[in-house]
Amino acid sequence: MTINQSGWRPSAPEQGNATAPTFTGNKALMLEEPLIFEIGSTDTTGVDFAEGDVAGSRLGNLSRTAPIGLPGLAEPEAVRHYTRLSRQNYAIDLGLFPLGSCTMKHNPRLNEKVARMPGFADVHPLQPVDTVQGALGVINELAVWLIKLTGMHGVAMSPKAGAHGELCGMLCIKAALEARGEGHRKIVLVPESAHGTNPATAAFAGFQVEDIPATPEGRVDLDAMKKRLGPDVAGVMITNPNTCGLFERDMKAISDAVHDAGGYVYCDGANFNAIVGRVRPGDLGVDAMHINLHKTFSTPHGGGGPGSGPVVLSEALSPFGPLPFTERHADGHITLVEEETVGDRHPHSFGRMTAFHGQMGMFTRALTYILSHGADGLRQVAEDAVLNANYVLRSLDHTLDAPFGDSGPCMHEALFSDNGLADGFSTIDVAKGLIDEGFHPMTMYFPLVVHGAMLIEPTETESKAALDQFIGALRSVAERAKAGDTALKTAPHFAPRSRLDETQAARKPVLVWKDPEMAMAAE
Amino acid sequence: MRYLPLTGADREAMLDVIGASTIDELFADVPESARLDGPIEGLPLYASEMAVERHMAALARQNQTAGDGPFFLGCGAYKHHVPASVDHLIQRGEFLTAYTPYQPEIAQGTLQMLFEFQTQVARMLGTDVANASMYDGSTACWEAIGMARRITRRGKAILSGGLHPHYVSVATTMAKYTGDAVETSVPTLNADTDIDALIGAIDDDTSCVVVQYPDILGRIADLKPLADACHAKKALLIAVVTEPVAMGAIKSPGEMDADIVVGEGQSIGVGLQFGGPYVGLMGCKEKYIRQMPGRFCGETVDADGRRGFVLTLSTREQHIRREKATSNICTNSGLCALAFSVHMTLLGEAGLRRLAGINHALACRAADRLAKVPGIRVVNDSFFNEFTIDLGKETRPIVRALTDKGILAGVSLGRLYPTVDSLANGLVVAVTETATEEDIEALATALEEALA
Repeated sequence: MTINQSGWRPSAPEQGNATAPTFTGNKALMLEEPLIFEIGSTDTTGVDFAEGDVAGSRLGNLSRTAPIGLPGLAEPEAVRHYTRLSRQNYAIDLGLFPLGSCTMKHNPRLNEKVARMPGFADVHPLQPVDTVQGALGVINELAVWLIKLTGMHGVAMSPKAGAHGELCGMLCIKAALEARGEGHRKIVLVPESAHGTNPATAAFAGFQVEDIPATPEGRVDLDAMKKRLGPDVAGVMITNPNTCGLFERDMKAISDAVHDAGGYVYCDGANFNAIVGRVRPGDLGVDAMHINLHKTFSTPHGGGGPGSGPVVLSEALSPFGPLPFTERHADGHITLVEEETVGDRHPHSFGRMTAFHGQMGMFTRALTYILSHGADGLRQVAEDAVLNANYVLRSLDHTLDAPFGDSGPCMHEALFSDNGLADGFSTIDVAKGLIDEGFHPMTMYFPLVVHGAMLIEPTETESKAALDQFIGALRSVAERAKAGDTALKTAPHFAPRSRLDETQAARKPVLVWKDPEMAMAAE
Repeated sequence: MRYLPLTGADREAMLDVIGASTIDELFADVPESARLDGPIEGLPLYASEMAVERHMAALARQNQTAGDGPFFLGCGAYKHHVPASVDHLIQRGEFLTAYTPYQPEIAQGTLQMLFEFQTQVARMLGTDVANASMYDGSTACWEAIGMARRITRRGKAILSGGLHPHYVSVATTMAKYTGDAVETSVPTLNADTDIDALIGAIDDDTSCVVVQYPDILGRIADLKPLADACHAKKALLIAVVTEPVAMGAIKSPGEMDADIVVGEGQSIGVGLQFGGPYVGLMGCKEKYIRQMPGRFCGETVDADGRRGFVLTLSTREQHIRREKATSNICTNSGLCALAFSVHMTLLGEAGLRRLAGINHALACRAADRLAKVPGIRVVNDSFFNEFTIDLGKETRPIVRALTDKGILAGVSLGRLYPTVDSLANGLVVAVTETATEEDIEALATALEEALA
């Protein structure tokens, strides 16, 4: 017996029927969703509370009298609202997410399960340390892994995200210079291909930024850098592997030259995923490097954070690291070295970067991931990440211009330019075309040193079949862009929204919702 | 390896396409001296899901959790009941495993949520606008001080003694490098806040006054006179809210004319998590938005005229402005902002006010009960769900002793201010809706015994 007993068979719709607007504006599974301010009410709540007297009297004569304007929804409505919103997002769980430099890899669900164990999730940061030995144990165990994987001397765990980690490393350098009486060293050299956070961080820490030129093959120009070194240079900030997807072959020579000139080497560890388990930055002379736990160690990106950016430090910089940190004693007891307990044991610490002890919820996830892979698995992670990227590079370098295709193998990401696309077509058109093919686009227009850059980082958690489908899709879209297919200029056509007017958004910013009636009354 | 889909045959076939004979050839640019031949020694190897879970569970069991017994810790992190649907929704893969919404056509879920979040936060804090979240309250506080410097072009920040000492510590650390002058003080164990002293300290070099509301001891002061005094000297008032649930019971800082309001959003939806990740809240008057750090989500239309949302005003940010950016901050705390927003939507205004009322009523009862314990003096006249008691002797050993009875009694001021002898006898006690009458009685009895 079949389910359809009527004998009806599908046939192609007549021209035009498919695009007729629906009453709701919905398109089957693609559901429009209003704002909570349009569907909720300030009298509605989805939470039940105990009955009882709530008369408060000790609020310093500041009891709330005015309404706040916060709408509520009953639980079914709230679950539906956010579930509908979620379906308007692309995510790794849906498919390949090839954002270069962002390392969008699979987020194992064991990590989520572990982070929610009450022993980790329901613990207050200021509990007496005897009651949180397991939590401190996680921080300490992860710290040991990070130190050993990078071949460094110490690690500051508290930075909240990558850029915060950069700041931590640069403040260590600043403190070290001042301790030597060389606070006058103000210049930090940064390659043009660096992430924007690098110069922003250096400037925030009170340094002046100067560009280091690149060689035609996409690497730091060692000779030019050496010429600029001198008594006014505090150090360099170098990304390795760099943002062109290439390993800086001269890294050790760069470090040696900087050290000889009295400076320090900061390495942006955003791309550590390419070398974890195969190369230790400490062996390359690095003094400080942040590690984005949300990149290399698979903690979820969550639609824009939370991140976590521990910073590994060389022996020279470790004394200047921030509070707090953990200390494991011979008997296994772990103490938290913070203002209360630091005494005179860490006199050169530059201070404190954040309340409490860092992104604990990310530490549990990252440690779970690291233990799952182990030292051998992490090495395989780097190998597969690099293999996947080279496969993408060599599968597409006949279709798209690969500016550094002759510079040797890439590391974890493949870089293309928009050279060769038809007049008037650029990277954004390829990107929006990819959306219609069911993929999140690659990183666009970064690094700045390549015209119309397309930076593709597939990561190691993609299968060959997934890569082949992506390569096929990108090749098809690229060919259309080379042929000048105008349909690409208005892509995406099948996404929940077509191209959005970013100019209007910035010119007259609407950042909060206003009741249309009230807004009109105000005008 | 369960997270790596490539097979041996795949790898061979892919190397063929690449034109390499071994994986090692792909690492040819790494100098020989820096190449590791095999797994780093002394580290464990691959482990099954079951084995890892066992290891982590063993670590988790070594912690006494907030749910294990009577619990009264606050000081910037609060235990509240979080509805089950909050955690369910933030684990939707489309939220959990999405990136920053740089491709708005396929990120409207995150973007609309952020727009709703910004509106909720602005209304709670009483500000015109709010951003899409910061790392946490302490870093948001420092960023607000930097913002005030840019707006006023002055470099002296005056920090209230009632500001969380970790927040003070972050600000003084950062100020060393930006050249700001930061005036600080420590609180005293009495009912009066330092508002009058702050008013007297404002001068023509002052960029801002930073005041916590309710403060570290739980005291609540009217900020309006302080705001007026700031504005008379063309300085800004920055208010810091570490317990946003309080906004359901008391006036918001924005209503009292604070210029920038920052907060720690952990209390709503996020959970304790041993200190992070949390979610920084930041709102301000509309005229200051172009000096504000962090991401903004803004409303716009798509090519077909439909409403949609995008990240906007990014010309302030580091990926455009590089060394001239308003801040080096890149990320926000997206998933925690989602948790906050979902919980806030479930509560609604009615729920938030009810929740705040329950918190305050329970805290009043606890304060009255503890006041009856011989040797205890309740410091506060005013408080929301957190108040300070003076035990007449050093609190740290007492708090440690109470943990043996399964009671987490509060935060010793001696831990937060290790060098300030006058605060060693202070204990900050937070009482939320999760505390029961039995819990309060257990705390009072245990303190009675400890002080006897």
